[in-house]
Amino acid sequence: MAMLEVKNIHTYYGNIHALKGVSLHVDQGEIVTLIGANGAGKTTTLRTISGLLKPRQGTIFLNGDDLTKYPDHEIVYQGIAMVPEGRGVFSRLTVLENIELGAYSRSDRGEIEANTQRVFQMFPRLEERAKQVAGTLSGGEQQMLATGRALMANPKILLMDEPSMGLAPILVEGVFDTIVEINKEGTTILLVEQNALMALQVADRGYVIQTGEIVLNDTAENLRRNPEVQSAYLGIN
Amino acid sequence: MSTLTQPKLPTSERFSQLFGKYIYIAVGIIIVILLIGRIIFVARQESYPLSYWTFQVINGLVLGGVYALVALGYTLVYGILFMINFAHGEVLMMGGFAGFFALQYMTSIGWANGTALQSTLTIVFMMLAGMIVSVITGIVLERLAYRPLRGAPRLVPLISAIGASFFLQYTALLVFGAVPHNYRKPSVIDGVWKLGDSGIIISYTGAFIFITSILMLLGLFIIVQRTKMGKAMRAVAEDKHIAALMGIDVNKVIVFTFALGSALAGAGGVMLGLHNTVIRFNTGFLPGLKAFTAAVLGGIGNVLGAMIGSLLLGLLEALGPSALGLPTEYKDVIAFSVLVLVLIFRPSGIVGEVLSEKKA
Ligand SMILES: Nc1ncnc2c1ncn2[C@@H]1O[C@H](COP(=O)(O)OP(=O)(O)OP(=O)(O)O)[C@@H](O)[C@H]1O
Ligand SMILES: [Mg+2]
Repeated sequence: MAMLEVKNIHTYYGNIHALKGVSLHVDQGEIVTLIGANGAGKTTTLRTISGLLKPRQGTIFLNGDDLTKYPDHEIVYQGIAMVPEGRGVFSRLTVLENIELGAYSRSDRGEIEANTQRVFQMFPRLEERAKQVAGTLSGGEQQMLATGRALMANPKILLMDEPSMGLAPILVEGVFDTIVEINKEGTTILLVEQNALMALQVADRGYVIQTGEIVLNDTAENLRRNPEVQSAYLGIN
Repeated sequence: MSTLTQPKLPTSERFSQLFGKYIYIAVGIIIVILLIGRIIFVARQESYPLSYWTFQVINGLVLGGVYALVALGYTLVYGILFMINFAHGEVLMMGGFAGFFALQYMTSIGWANGTALQSTLTIVFMMLAGMIVSVITGIVLERLAYRPLRGAPRLVPLISAIGASFFLQYTALLVFGAVPHNYRKPSVIDGVWKLGDSGIIISYTGAFIFITSILMLLGLFIIVQRTKMGKAMRAVAEDKHIAALMGIDVNKVIVFTFALGSALAGAGGVMLGLHNTVIRFNTGFLPGLKAFTAAVLGGIGNVLGAMIGSLLLGLLEALGPSALGLPTEYKDVIAFSVLVLVLIFRPSGIVGEVLSEKKA
């Protein structure tokens, strides 16, 4: 059985029908990527899974438990954390406070402390700037913070919305290395990316979304070789 | 230290576009020169002795302490919901009445003027009663008058707040009548210190109010800065959706914020009762507006700003009339002139955006 099972979800913004029956699944230990053009519905899909948007139809199961019955703030308790689009760090709070808020859903102090150390190990830059206000971090550092903060929830599955957005090419490499590292340590990942080339390199499988519908679904390797994907998303003619 | 949110009021931007920055600055300078001139003129006449000024400074600090308690309610709620809770003064009034009835009861069993311990407990009981009733009022207000309007345009909850303010005032009028109720001071705080033969006098009540206010402000500061709930409050103030992703129940935080602000207002209501020795159905109105002014003066949405603004406003009110050679009745005119001037010249308040962003 899949760990995360999204079945036929329809999500609306008022009258705008943004997701028209999206189905996808993520198995334990996988990195799955969701790629698509601007406005295709990638962010909407992640926001629906994380409970910020309620689907008008369809179900989302995590290990057999229907998530759509929970209010938004209880989703993280079920084991889902998100690195939101545009990072979404609390800019007026310090780096450390952001990290502490990532563990808001947990209560075991010892484990939280161990987790903090693990995040600082992964991103030493964050430890150096622990007392600094998050709004003063560079874009790359904010990305690290958003990722570290999500990891503080100790999620079963991590949703990442365009973690490479707006970063210099050297930093992008680092982001994808981090994704692989997080995955190796046992966290399942659903990755939304515009940078399809990189995403398909680290992912096991991928879905292609187009105007609110999944149009392709295959292993990452096959998608990389798919001529349609190549011309539309990989810039290869 | 970090603060809640700090958006600018748009009216001033339109104003500045219309009249241009320079006219703006010129008017400000002229006002300041006129004020200074007037103060020098009055000071030359030496109409008041030093002890009078000391007395007024103390008075201003006491008043400022109470304003700070009330101003925090405005600023905390504004920081999270971007709305001015104009019924906050009535929350204070309800607490004041609860304190009054607590006092009446304690007087009837002889504790208010009994032993020092009994009399002290009376004050504690009054404060608790005031805070609890205010907290209940604040929470009900949020639930019935504001939550259903969440997501509506910003003007809508504002109108609801003004309606709620009238509702509470006239309900109090109906229930408690128009007559002022007398707050007879419990014996422990009924008295004064005379500092040698300097002529300086400090009332026990004043000292009690000032010290208690400061302690409560410190407590609030610790809650907002150090506790998990405080962090959640600041996170919600910044982004409700992302706060929810962290597992923060936004509604719970909003209720907590109202409760916290209301508790301080309730304490303020009891202290104002002790300070003024009377309470009426409309007791909350003026202090509510003043505290709002203080919050704006300090920078609405900013916790530290509310404290600074309040002490400043208290001092301005106590010293202003005499410094300008006006009768003391003009203190309200001075307070509200400050509101207007701040809104025109520096709507972000004393602790403006820049500072609040940098510190933390
Ligand atoms: N708050 C909103 N209100 C109305 N429509 C919205 C809102 N957010 C997104 N949409 C619409 O929903 C559709 C899907 O948007 P979504 O943000 O999911 O796209 P995306 O795939 O994440 O795009 P991008 O790559 O640009 O981030 C788009 O047509 C968008 O215009
Ligand atoms: Mg997006």
